[in-house]
Amino acid sequence: MTDPVLKVENLSKSFGALKASDDISLDLRPGEIHALIGPNGAGKSTLIKQIAGGLRPDAGRVEVLGQDVTALDTVARARMGLGRTFQISSLAMEFSVLQNVVLGALGARGRAYGLFQNVMKDKALLATAQEALKRVGLQEAAQQRTSDLSHGQRRQLEVAVALTLKPRLFLMDEPMAGLGASGSKDLTGFLDTLRHEAPILLVEHDMDAVFALADRISVLVYGAVIATGTADEIRNNLEVRRAYLGEEDLV
Amino acid sequence: MGREKLFNAAVLLVMLAVPLLAWQMDEPFIITLATKVAILALAGVGLNIALGLGGLVSLGHAAFFGIGGYAMGILASHAQNYEPLFAWPFLFEGSNQMPLIWLVAVLASAAAALVIGALSLRTSGVYFIMITLAFGQMLYYFAISWSAYGGEDGLSIWVRNEMPGVNTLDPIQFFAVAFVLLSLTLWFAARLAKSGFGLALSAARQSEERVETVGLAPFKLRLMAFVISGAITGLAGALFADLNRFVSPTMLSWHTSGEIMIFVILGGVGRLYGPVVGAAVYILLEHLLGGISEYWQIFLGLLLLGMVLFARGGLIGALLGREVAHD
Repeated sequence: MTDPVLKVENLSKSFGALKASDDISLDLRPGEIHALIGPNGAGKSTLIKQIAGGLRPDAGRVEVLGQDVTALDTVARARMGLGRTFQISSLAMEFSVLQNVVLGALGARGRAYGLFQNVMKDKALLATAQEALKRVGLQEAAQQRTSDLSHGQRRQLEVAVALTLKPRLFLMDEPMAGLGASGSKDLTGFLDTLRHEAPILLVEHDMDAVFALADRISVLVYGAVIATGTADEIRNNLEVRRAYLGEEDLV
Repeated sequence: MGREKLFNAAVLLVMLAVPLLAWQMDEPFIITLATKVAILALAGVGLNIALGLGGLVSLGHAAFFGIGGYAMGILASHAQNYEPLFAWPFLFEGSNQMPLIWLVAVLASAAAALVIGALSLRTSGVYFIMITLAFGQMLYYFAISWSAYGGEDGLSIWVRNEMPGVNTLDPIQFFAVAFVLLSLTLWFAARLAKSGFGLALSAARQSEERVETVGLAPFKLRLMAFVISGAITGLAGALFADLNRFVSPTMLSWHTSGEIMIFVILGGVGRLYGPVVGAAVYILLEHLLGGISEYWQIFLGLLLLGMVLFARGGLIGALLGREVAHD
């Protein structure tokens, strides 16, 4: 049961002379939160895009559940069980909150969507959607227009939509950004339980959350992984401290 | 939502009342105008599925309108000249029966939309506008040079096509046919917008990434929308040709695409009854202002400019405000 859910092998991607991903290898094991940290411009978003399917790597491969998905597009990878949340919310802003989650439930159902049935009266979809909203604490806002939500609520909604897909793994790009202290704490608690449902590859700038949650941490600098290890190992890794946490923290 | 439903019902009622009054007062010209509004509105309802729901700015819907028109023209001209359309694998003499003509018009324009859509939907934005325009113009020039069916002069039909149980030569009865088709299509479009397909299509307009991430392919959604949209506009084309008993390449020209788009924008992009209101206002202006000056389109241009600058939601948006997100 220790077969990794996600395996990235020797992934490389260049934009001209810039090496955005430099021979990256990492994996995500069942039940864990694997955090990906690194300074701005380290290539975290580029890596996430290649894992999610929006960007083709120049070399290397991506495996999900033991299957090579390097050649598959975003849609196919989502169907395989890759649940993603975005750094910049990509919700349908004109929709109500509930409609956004129903869309997720609809996607999870696959191709079977009718041309005639009122989708907002589909009991099964609504049940899945309400359940997801409840889990992130957004059930009160179900009827609000998504563009009227606060920044933090949009983050919660992103997670709720990902939940409706019942994914086999989560790919979360800075879910804490802009949440504020209490919101961030709530989400930390939630992700802590979520990892047992499906492992999470977490890109995050909030170091308190990262060190509280992550079973393992990988540090990305200039497109390359310079270290992977537990929170303690990373904290004590000299190279990481020099590159990322800052020299001044060295005592 | 209640307000918009009420407004929509009122629009439909007025559309029904005006020709009925004209019928009582023996004003067949007004009935014909109302029929024209119903048919052009139908074309607009078709475009609105691609444009409003799917966000696909097609400047080539004249292609489908014209294909519907030519489906009528070709079938009917063979029937009236007793020249079989083809003799193999079975003898087909053309037809002057509206239901069959509609079926052919819908299938032909859907097939064209499938091909044009499959090629153009690989692009987006301005490129999509240009490529749909290019396909439309291609068909336009093809029709001009197709001398077997009238070329530049078009095709005239002597007698309006027939429909079981209806005297189509009677203006009010032909209006009823157009009105029923428009109402049915509006009902269909309303169901479509609320269906799972409609939800996913609308989401793809707002965020392509969002739809992909939940495992739905935007391309397939859009292609399906484009085909449904083209088929409806094709049906309108067949009716329009029957109204005039005439089809010509003009139906395929980009002016026609532009006009259909104006109906949608004038009434309100994405609003169910947008094209109905838009077509009615357009025809009314054409009729009223056209009587004053042959440059009536200057006024139309000003109105359109005002609409786009000050009321992005079109006339319905200006009257009823932003659409409610949920219902």
